[in-house]
Amino acid sequence: MEKNKTFGSIGAKLGDLGSSLFSIALALAMGAVIILFMGLNPLTAYAELWRGAFQNPTAIANTLSRATPLLLCGLSVAVARRAGLFNIGAEGQLHAGAIATILFMLAFPSLPRILLLPVGILIGMFAGAAWALIPGILKAKRGIHEVVVCIMCNYLIILFCAYLVNGPFLEPGSHVGQTTLIAEAGRLSNLFVPRSQLNTGFLIAIGVAVVVYIFLFKTSLGFKFRTVGSNPEAARAGGIIPEKISIGAMAFAGSIAALAGITEVLGKYYRFIDGFSPSFGFTGIAVAFLARSNPFGIILSALLFGTLDSGSLRMARVTGVSSDLIIVIQALVIFFVAIPNITKFFKLPKNVILARFDK
Amino acid sequence: MQFLDSLITHILPLGYQLSIPIALAAIAATISERLGVINLGIEGQMLVGAFAAVVGSHLTGSPVIGILFGMIAGGVFGLLHVTVCVKLRSNQAVCGVAINLLALGLTDFLTTLIWGTKISALVTRLPNVTVPLLERIPIAGVFFRNQTVFFYLLPLIVAAAYIFFYKTRWGLRVMAIGHNPQAALSAGINVVKYRYVGLMIAGVLAGLGGAYLSVAFNNAFVSDMVAGRGFMGIASNIFGGWNPLGSFLASFLFAFAQSLRYYVAGAVVPTQITQMLPYAITLIVLIAVKKRSRAPEAMGVLE
Repeated sequence: MEKNKTFGSIGAKLGDLGSSLFSIALALAMGAVIILFMGLNPLTAYAELWRGAFQNPTAIANTLSRATPLLLCGLSVAVARRAGLFNIGAEGQLHAGAIATILFMLAFPSLPRILLLPVGILIGMFAGAAWALIPGILKAKRGIHEVVVCIMCNYLIILFCAYLVNGPFLEPGSHVGQTTLIAEAGRLSNLFVPRSQLNTGFLIAIGVAVVVYIFLFKTSLGFKFRTVGSNPEAARAGGIIPEKISIGAMAFAGSIAALAGITEVLGKYYRFIDGFSPSFGFTGIAVAFLARSNPFGIILSALLFGTLDSGSLRMARVTGVSSDLIIVIQALVIFFVAIPNITKFFKLPKNVILARFDK
Repeated sequence: MQFLDSLITHILPLGYQLSIPIALAAIAATISERLGVINLGIEGQMLVGAFAAVVGSHLTGSPVIGILFGMIAGGVFGLLHVTVCVKLRSNQAVCGVAINLLALGLTDFLTTLIWGTKISALVTRLPNVTVPLLERIPIAGVFFRNQTVFFYLLPLIVAAAYIFFYKTRWGLRVMAIGHNPQAALSAGINVVKYRYVGLMIAGVLAGLGGAYLSVAFNNAFVSDMVAGRGFMGIASNIFGGWNPLGSFLASFLFAFAQSLRYYVAGAVVPTQITQMLPYAITLIVLIAVKKRSRAPEAMGVLE
């Protein structure tokens, strides 16, 4: 799919980009129709949404901070997808990562920052990878569909975390399920804008995007991932063992998803709060699909979803269009992106949108 | 002795009541997966069913019409799933995720629009029924006293689904499609038609399950009120071996574990741990059962 430096591939890329942009436009247009039915002005609503996301440095910082977990979850889904797997378990893996990191930091509060932070993060990533190994191994050894196993794993770990933070690790005297605060040394620093939620987790996420890009497209193991993803039988004929790749891909994806949970709890809440993730893992699926699993594209699509999230509150407050509309728009984006050749259902001349789809 | 008493008079009936929406979701999952379609959207189909049932009951004052609304809404979302997956050839799992997200956003959006909050007004609830004579049976009488119609409807639906799958030629064709759609196609079976009808029926059943939650078990719509029962239905279907009867029994087992916590388990075992049981059991069954022959082989394969 990515044969370099041929005219065809540029056409294909533009086609993918075109159909992604088209999907976004179509979803926003349908959202606008809903707003019109409410008797309100969609342009005003979208203008307020934009303002809410970008009106001042604090708003921009919060938008970037909302995009951070979506970016990491999107990358996690994309890594698995490139290897032919559907990681619907990012939601569970980010819980596994967050709880492991927090528990480690609560257990060793007096460690110096230089030790506490990196070791804590690594332990969380390890936990996420280990949790993702369950669907990976069951897929490789038993051929059980990873989607089914991921669903079970999601519920198991989310409920287990709820048990931990409502039971043995409940903050004494607290009425909501949360742990005590971790030491200052374990917290991610605020970035650029004081009193915003933006923290170094954003830089970590951008760094991971670059790492994933280099891994997938510049290393031989990444090449094996993509070969298995596009044609497992050909990969096997070429001496690659698809089962091993499946296991490795899930572990890698799990560690990235774990980072989404880790950066949230270390950068925003400084503790594990029951229900801290509003389905980042599932929105990550949308983020990855919108970008067709391209790491740099995922940065853009995560920013888009972060913008929708962070702007929707102001839109609701000022214009009265409920922020739930944003969830509808996000769902519509997934539908349109998931339908192959969405643009062909709208009779545009082929050369206008440079439509050439390889998927 | 006291436990035995509350087991029969409270825990078993409650377990059965809790199993109704899960079992309906499980049968919906069985139909879908036997047709080779992964239907993760059952959760969302239930949610729109629950919402539409409350709207119907709110508008007409009749919970029965509400339930019809719920079934229609579920069926429409089933139609959406099958259209996007089969006709437009989207990835089935992604489509299910989108359906769930759409249902969540849409129901919250409309609830806020109609009632101003994320909880609907209270609506007329489906009246409970008491079966004369049978209610006087000494111990088991509790099953015939003051129960919803769903209580008796569910076994009929399970039986109908079982007879359909194992005693009719249509059911056998459905299973043939799940095993090998290409072979079914070359044997002259209209695979696409079967999938359209089957997924719509699955949507109707899911919508019925959602309607049960909102106008029979409760009497209002609350944001995200299905709360994973659709996924639990999918798990029951797997645990039950892609078979309506097995799905029903698995649903009951799962719901029974849930109902225990209201009476005994809460004090002994934390509720989250009992809630984990269904998923843990399903996972263990998946790992332990060596032969996957029970699973439709062509799950997720279009043709």
